[in-house]
Amino acid sequence: METTINLQVLRYIPEKDPDPFYQEYEVPLREEWVILDALNYIKDQIDGTLSYRWSCRMGVCGSCGMMVNEKPILTCETFLEKYMPGPIRIAPLNYFGVIRDLVVETDGFMEKVKRVKPWIIRDKEKAPLEGEYLQTPEELSEYKQYSMCINCMLCYSACPVVGLEPQFIGPAAIALAQRYNYDNRDEGQNQRNDVLLTDDGIFECTLVGECSEVCPKKVDPAGAIQRYKVQGATEWWTSVLLPFGKK
Amino acid sequence: MSTRYERYRPTSYHHKMSIFWWVKRKPYMLFIIRELTSIFVAAYAIILIVKLNALKQGAEVWEALLVSLSGPFSVTVHIVVFIFVLFHSITWFKLAPTAMVVKIGKKKIPGSIIIAVNFMMWILLSGGIVWILLQ
Amino acid sequence: MARYGPNVHDVLIVGGGGAGLRAAIAVAETNPNLSIAVISKVYPMRSHTVSAEGGAAAVIKPDDSLDDHAYDTISGGDWLCDQDAVEAFVKEAPEAMIRLEHWGCPWSREENGSIAVRPFGGMKNKRTWFAADKTGFHMLHSMFQTTLKYDPILRYDEYFVTSLLVDEGRCQGVVALELATGKIEPIAAKSVILCTGGCGKVFPFTTNANIKTGDGMALAYRAGVPLKDMEFVQYHPTGLPFTGILITEAARAEGGRLLNKDGYRYLQDYDLGIPEDKPVLRSMELGPRDRLSQAFENEKEKGRTLDGPYGAYVHLDIRHLGQEVIDEKIPFVRELCRKYENIDPVHEMIPVRPVVHYIMGGIHTDINGATSLDGLFAAGETACVSINGANRLGSNSLTELLVFGARAGSAAAEYASSQSSFGTRLDALATDEKKRIEKTFFNSNGNRSERVADLRKKMHNAMEQGAGIYRTEASLKTSGETLSVLRERFKKISLEDKSYTFNTEFVSAMELSYMFDVAEAIIESALKRTESRGSHQRMDFPERDDQNFLTHSLAYKTGQEIARIEYLPVTITRWPPGERKYGQ
Repeated sequence: METTINLQVLRYIPEKDPDPFYQEYEVPLREEWVILDALNYIKDQIDGTLSYRWSCRMGVCGSCGMMVNEKPILTCETFLEKYMPGPIRIAPLNYFGVIRDLVVETDGFMEKVKRVKPWIIRDKEKAPLEGEYLQTPEELSEYKQYSMCINCMLCYSACPVVGLEPQFIGPAAIALAQRYNYDNRDEGQNQRNDVLLTDDGIFECTLVGECSEVCPKKVDPAGAIQRYKVQGATEWWTSVLLPFGKK
Repeated sequence: MSTRYERYRPTSYHHKMSIFWWVKRKPYMLFIIRELTSIFVAAYAIILIVKLNALKQGAEVWEALLVSLSGPFSVTVHIVVFIFVLFHSITWFKLAPTAMVVKIGKKKIPGSIIIAVNFMMWILLSGGIVWILLQ
Repeated sequence: MARYGPNVHDVLIVGGGGAGLRAAIAVAETNPNLSIAVISKVYPMRSHTVSAEGGAAAVIKPDDSLDDHAYDTISGGDWLCDQDAVEAFVKEAPEAMIRLEHWGCPWSREENGSIAVRPFGGMKNKRTWFAADKTGFHMLHSMFQTTLKYDPILRYDEYFVTSLLVDEGRCQGVVALELATGKIEPIAAKSVILCTGGCGKVFPFTTNANIKTGDGMALAYRAGVPLKDMEFVQYHPTGLPFTGILITEAARAEGGRLLNKDGYRYLQDYDLGIPEDKPVLRSMELGPRDRLSQAFENEKEKGRTLDGPYGAYVHLDIRHLGQEVIDEKIPFVRELCRKYENIDPVHEMIPVRPVVHYIMGGIHTDINGATSLDGLFAAGETACVSINGANRLGSNSLTELLVFGARAGSAAAEYASSQSSFGTRLDALATDEKKRIEKTFFNSNGNRSERVADLRKKMHNAMEQGAGIYRTEASLKTSGETLSVLRERFKKISLEDKSYTFNTEFVSAMELSYMFDVAEAIIESALKRTESRGSHQRMDFPERDDQNFLTHSLAYKTGQEIARIEYLPVTITRWPPGERKYGQ
């Protein structure tokens, strides 16, 4: 007899049932299987109606984030064995609207990403023929960590502030803003401040710190936000104390 | 067929957040405790203001306040407040590296050192105050 | 921007990966007044460009030259590349890469702040730009974020294209299903660019993501556009067993060694040079991918590979590089090994085997991405220009996205500007398509019992057995017959899921039908090419045959089961066919 493990998967099909429920599946427990393999097994062998997103299954496309036993994780890089002897409870990411089963609404997050102007802003752009902007390895390391975000949205699901205040721009988008603010090629921080030094922006954060804990790429959005706060507060004090100073 | 569902207009489901969301996981619980301890930090601040006010009003008022503060109730309150403030300070110092990126030359200083420096400064300052008081 | 009303645009781009986004920006820059739409079955940043690791080639250093890049590409492609396309490609590559730098791509740098380059397989000189070993990830995200600043670029995220709208002999848009709602509707455009990536998922063991099912190839093929050089499927020599996760060529470029079960650097037995301590360009582990994957198969025949639960494998050894180099240059390799193999390559050897990675073939286009159907363009892995010939040079594909994505974008923009009206039958065509889909997948009843997963598994087996690294007439014919049977069975496909809301079973069924078309083109093209060249190795025809096969094969969809194959001569400009020499 093959060992199996019990999966309790949240099901929600709006045409059928107005309320979600947990459906149980028994899947083989194989040491090389990640949670996503178990979901694919269900989809292919047991129940073709289960819906979820996945693609690269190497932890870089950011599609397959889910709540597993109340914690947001990437299902393609978390092994079944870790949850022995089960059961494993799988639900869609917290604080996002559920479209169907494990599929959540992503458009709100995409809007937030766009709001922080995540592109290089410069007063004067160089023509391609003039060559690259110089950037030393040190300058690169200033923002590199924040550029590693895969938009998997786990940090939003770990952040109770996102749950309580849905308009909060949120960890990943703020880290992305910092990714450009700390890039020496960029001159757009003032424009981003207009979006982020606001009530929906960095000051909504109460530093729970879980966003950084769950981040699969060690982006440390909590750090990015706190550094922004320090900087924002410093600028505010400077502008109050030195009203005739620069900026 | 669900009554809410209309073809091509699916109703997405929104989970309601329970007011006890923070009991589900330990990190959230610790966070809430840390946030609550700020009330005690505020209590300390108020006591300090009361003391300063008493000091301003002269030796007599000051002495009376000291007497009233040395009762068993007041000492108990102080001990409780002190424990919470200690908890608050320790958790804050542990968080310091998230807000501070310090570099020496090209190398980033690891978070543990930043935490250690914060604690050392704390101990030194506290020691300094104790020394002044004992003079 | 919706000057024509909703769902009507000037240029419609199918696919939001590297090529699609680059094309979108090119359209916006060519003519800011055009309405541009990017339609994709996943959010753009999920596209498979994100998984590319090693780097992107472009001549930037003084000791390199455009001719060297062209020669490496052409010899790497076993002389099946169109040399005019290659010349245009290498010439435009550096500027394309610098533009990406200006858009914020975090390229790895030299101490002085200029771009750093690394060596790669099959190259005379170092010319691979890299962002550590997450180059594709950084390129895709930089480009996606940059597209956000262009207002004319609209997105249809998570829409699945079911067919092209062709009226009056021109492609004028697509019919697509919105995943969240199940709504099927026409999206019209004066020109359409297919940027849907490759089709690695026709094989069971691949580095490719789940979404790479050859959608665009099948859409074009069904509309009568030929697929070119489909027999050329690249196996990457170093994938992790079971998962097929790619261990980048950069691991070898930094000095990684391939060892057989005796700890012997077996590549020296296959005309790839003599082993040295330091990596030598165009030699040993830095030989071309096709030759390295073939060497593995031969080692396996000789019984000199190791055996694991997922078949034969060899070792990739990077231990001697030391932790500092590994963490600096190839940190993702370490991350992947730790997460998925539970080994630390700083201390242990990495088990690897060849894995399907890339298809050189694709939709036949000219040098501007135009196909034989007016109004239809293609770029990226889904297209075949061709610069990749019979075997793609590592790190050319990311650059190809930029150069030919931009070319297709400007060409499609110009074409759209030249068109003034839409055909009259578009709505009728869309209604027919909607009925077909409803009937086949949602309202079907009666004698239907076939499951997507079963048929897909059988197709995988047929493709692996028949069209793997080494092929014969017999193996290809058997696989072709199996495919015919499977296609017949697919007519009785039955979905358990009849919901209109995010029905992924429907998507899998459509993808499977696309893959059948692509698989058919691969098998037929491979069967008819009775020579061995680059990645196409026929055991019954082991020699290259320039007399008869210095040609591209073009697979046309016919009314029948089997594709019709025609041939088109290769364009040779300055590099006459020669011997591929490595290791000297």
